[in-house]
Amino acid sequence: MKEDMVELLWTGLQQTLYMVAWSSVFALLLGSLLGVTLVVTEKGGVLPAPRVNGLLSTAINGVRSIPFIILIVLLLPLSRLIVGTSLGPTAAIVSLSIGAAPFLGRIIESSLREVEPGKIEAAKSVGAHPFTIIAQVIIPEALPALVRGMTIAVISITEFTAVAGAIGAGGLGSLAIRFGYQRFRTDILIGTVLLIILIVQILQWTGDYVSRAIDRKRCKSE
Amino acid sequence: MIAVKHLNKSYATRAGQVSALQDINLHIEKGEIFGIIGASGAGKSTLIRCLNLLERPDTGSVEVGGVAITDLKGKQLRLARRRIGMIFQQFNLLEAKTVYGNVAFPLRVAGFSKPETKRRVAEILELVGLSDKADVYPSQLSGGQKQRVGIARALAVEPAVLLSDEATSALDPQTTHSILELLQDINRKLQITIVLITHEMDVLRHICDNAAVIEGGRIVESGPVEQLFYRPESETAKQFVNIFNYYKDGNTQEKAVIMR
Repeated sequence: MKEDMVELLWTGLQQTLYMVAWSSVFALLLGSLLGVTLVVTEKGGVLPAPRVNGLLSTAINGVRSIPFIILIVLLLPLSRLIVGTSLGPTAAIVSLSIGAAPFLGRIIESSLREVEPGKIEAAKSVGAHPFTIIAQVIIPEALPALVRGMTIAVISITEFTAVAGAIGAGGLGSLAIRFGYQRFRTDILIGTVLLIILIVQILQWTGDYVSRAIDRKRCKSE
Repeated sequence: MIAVKHLNKSYATRAGQVSALQDINLHIEKGEIFGIIGASGAGKSTLIRCLNLLERPDTGSVEVGGVAITDLKGKQLRLARRRIGMIFQQFNLLEAKTVYGNVAFPLRVAGFSKPETKRRVAEILELVGLSDKADVYPSQLSGGQKQRVGIARALAVEPAVLLSDEATSALDPQTTHSILELLQDINRKLQITIVLITHEMDVLRHICDNAAVIEGGRIVESGPVEQLFYRPESETAKQFVNIFNYYKDGNTQEKAVIMR
């Protein structure tokens, strides 16, 4: 245990939280768009467009099949274009957001599919516009499932930030590799692992709490 | 009120085209309660869903209140659907919304103002006997209460027609009875035309004026309900009447079981 440990871990933690927070926001926005589009454009959906659906689905599968560490490398030029650098936490947010969006898209898609088709039909039968059905029926009805899915996704993004740390993103992952692995600082290694465990636990607790609170408000027992 | 002419509907399956409805012709008068009875798989659900175009027929036309809704799509169709309410076997209430929110939904869709919506929801909840449940979520309600909310939602924008897709099939006999009474009451008070599909002869006998019997995707018999009871001609009608008569004298519990 050395005196620099607390400072190193503190900076790493801040960087990790910064990356997780912003990547989650952007990935969520992009992923919601993808997920909703996938659900509504499929055959029998509220805005059927099978060709768009097929293309989008293939594109998502394509991005998802690239190993994340390689995807970051591929996206480095884009980071440089958007934030002016390919190093550091801010640059990593670009890669993390784009890398996680297709995954979030699939998670959101599967949550939205849990809405019974009958509810959508009932909304159609009163003459609701497809956009109204998306905003007032599909999303609110799927909300508890969406929250659970997003929890999984944000935790995955946390893991991704550690991977991104291996190629210059900063954060706890980078600390673990630079100090724990390359300089044999076991204390730092253990510290980063404990902090990441803590972050994941807090995320999971929060997600569970929110989705349960929604269910409780609607008086649904699990 | 409703005229169905030469309606055909088939589905594409792995085994090829499967015909669900063949040459359906129906004429339903304004203000009547019209029943469509048939065994499961006979096509009755497909038929009622063709009346508000939840399913689009392959050929033939459906006219509701003088409007050929089979010619409509997009905005025109959405407007036409506001004249046709629908209730479902599984109620299909929105769990994210309270009873108030569920009944207000079609009003908001139709562009009612907030005060108008409030007034109308109160009025319609009174009609279905749920005035005290406005702020409750659907999961706290019994099946019968849920269906009352379904009815309130369907009637909120004062449609000319109410379609009932097996609305009582998920309910126990007593509740079924009270929902049927409510439908009858609504029919009288609001002069609304009701089309209901069922597999229970009891439902027909209870509230329908005229009825059609559907068998293998075809209408095999139609006319006043008494006629179906006393002089059934089709196999399906005979079977239904036989079952009904067999259990008529049994105790209600027993009857309820077989009728469902």
